[in-house]
Amino acid sequence: MSGTLNLLIGLAMGLNLLALGSSRLPSLIRAMSVQGMVLGLMPVLMEYDSLNWQVLAVTLATMVGKGVLIPNLLRRAMRAANIEREIQPFIGFIPSLLLGAGGTIAAMALARHLPLLPEHSGMLLVPGAIASVLTGFILLIGRAKAISQVCGYLILENGIYLFGLLLIHSTPLLVESGILLDITVGVFVIGIIVDRIQRAFDSLDTRKLTTLRE
Amino acid sequence: MNPLVLIFVPLAGALLAALWPSDRTRPWLLPVVSLVHTVLVCWLFIHPPPVTPGMWLGFDPLARAVLPVVSILFLVCAAYAVPYLKIRSERPNRVFVALLLAILGLLSAGHQARHLGLLWIATEAVTLAAVPLLHFNSTPRAFEATWKYLLVGGTGIALSLLGSFCLGYASLHGGGVGDLTFTALTAQGAGLSRPWVLTAWVLLLVGYGTKMGLAPMHTWKPDSYGEAPGIVGAILAGAVTTVAFTAILRVRSVIGAAGEGVVADRTLLVIGLFSMLVAALFLLGTRDFKRMLAYSSVEHMGILSIGAALGGAGVAAALFHVWGNALTKGALFLSAGNIRRAAGSPSMDNVRGMSIITPRSAAIFVTGMFAVTACPPFGPFFSELQILRAALTPGHSHKIAAAVFLGCLLLAFFGLTRIVFGIVDGRPRTAVRENGKRFVETTAVIAPPLILLALSLWLGLFTPQILREAWQDVVAQLFPAS
Repeated sequence: MSGTLNLLIGLAMGLNLLALGSSRLPSLIRAMSVQGMVLGLMPVLMEYDSLNWQVLAVTLATMVGKGVLIPNLLRRAMRAANIEREIQPFIGFIPSLLLGAGGTIAAMALARHLPLLPEHSGMLLVPGAIASVLTGFILLIGRAKAISQVCGYLILENGIYLFGLLLIHSTPLLVESGILLDITVGVFVIGIIVDRIQRAFDSLDTRKLTTLRE
Repeated sequence: MNPLVLIFVPLAGALLAALWPSDRTRPWLLPVVSLVHTVLVCWLFIHPPPVTPGMWLGFDPLARAVLPVVSILFLVCAAYAVPYLKIRSERPNRVFVALLLAILGLLSAGHQARHLGLLWIATEAVTLAAVPLLHFNSTPRAFEATWKYLLVGGTGIALSLLGSFCLGYASLHGGGVGDLTFTALTAQGAGLSRPWVLTAWVLLLVGYGTKMGLAPMHTWKPDSYGEAPGIVGAILAGAVTTVAFTAILRVRSVIGAAGEGVVADRTLLVIGLFSMLVAALFLLGTRDFKRMLAYSSVEHMGILSIGAALGGAGVAAALFHVWGNALTKGALFLSAGNIRRAAGSPSMDNVRGMSIITPRSAAIFVTGMFAVTACPPFGPFFSELQILRAALTPGHSHKIAAAVFLGCLLLAFFGLTRIVFGIVDGRPRTAVRENGKRFVETTAVIAPPLILLALSLWLGLFTPQILREAWQDVVAQLFPAS
């Protein structure tokens, strides 16, 4: 089972790099949503021996939320705003990719030195989580459009979700679903604000948000 | 009485507000529901219910020590909201009223949360519920502030989730079952895995520190407080930051039980002093009196953090300061709201002579400024004095920290007086057009900040013994060694 899991996490790490290298918004959103779906599938694989309806419900909710609902919301915001699809980076695509790749390697090296339980030591969960959090940060800092920053935030959340899977046997699913709910509501709120910013500024370029300063 | 009523009464009120048909009568739900909440909190304060170790939510000593002031602040702000929303009758208030009440319920949940995951859910929900309140004015500036709040606050809150997971893994790796209730984590104590505990502490401090507004994670604060309505600023600065502070106190007690209390205290001290310094320097530079209140809030969060770092007497003094800060900041935000409305601009470049245009609000604003800069005999003076004494007790040698603390207080005093007297003194000048609607200082908008100021004075002069005992109970429960 851990082989399949590692394959999925490896896929998610590859999608991180794809997200960093995307020069157009639709492909960034696609990378983010596929990553969300891949990660959503993981609880079923981890709890394969003791499947119950709660695990299935959380899995389904995660996959629909991260893979369908949120990306569609972002696509709609993108279309409604009628913005250019090109992503304007503060940090160029090649430097972002190099940073991301370096971060992934560093995450692998770091995870080797972290004290892990024996059942987790052969898994890519921790390096995958660190790499995704890092990717999220690079996108948050290095992209100018509000929607690409939201994608960065979601990839950051995906990394935290991966780390949370370490605790899947001990955290009650109530907590997991509460967290999922909060994140989904959060993205809805972000979506609404993105829409308002578009109306108020006639642009989603966060470089125009510079009135408030000392 | 079951403390869950503190959560469900405001949430039911929020639902009612969302369904209430009339914009004109809906604001009255705010004072009614918060009055019920305050009465319930006072009842629970006098008759604290038993708390069993495994409970996820409970009116424990920490909740008992701070929830009353949150409730009182909220009640006064709710009373102010009625005339405020009447003045702003051009804007629909359904979302505003419903979310304010929801925030009261979620704050009650956050203060009573004895489970790390639940605490995170409550704090995140408060963060999200506050978003539409911030852009109530619907100006481009308000949306810009909201976007920055969401981005910085969202990232901070995400990091605190990661920290919560790390603490859970510390328990799992140390041979525990990964139970995330604070009781279970403290009981496991030294059995928690050290490297994971330290990772968790850093992430949780950064995460909840962002919510509190400790420097350098404070960048959302001036923008949000500057653009949000006065009552939202008062509630954010006095009540929402408090839930993040209690979260840090709860986590700190787990870290202490794990044997890393010294490291935790040192980081709290450094980050607290840094916050005070950053706030004091920005106070000397800003020209906007609402942003000034935000930097003052950063300064006071730094003071709380320093108090928490000193342990024992310092923690009790910090809880005292939570009360003083909430009441005084509330008075300042509400009177600043009045002045802002009458002046039409928050910048000292356009506003002068408010002591003639709005004499009562200006008087409250000036007195509140003296109270918040720790002039006796207001509450903040005594709590800051206690923190200073805790820093200078023999055994602790924090002489340099105490010197920096005093220096920052002095700088902040200069910064605040510069702006406050800049807008209060001089020949009247406002940014309001001649034919604009004139702002009248009615009793309804003057009484709430005056009451908060009076409470701050009362707290300083006659600190009730029962409150002192409540703060000492927290120290006894969370920091048994010190």
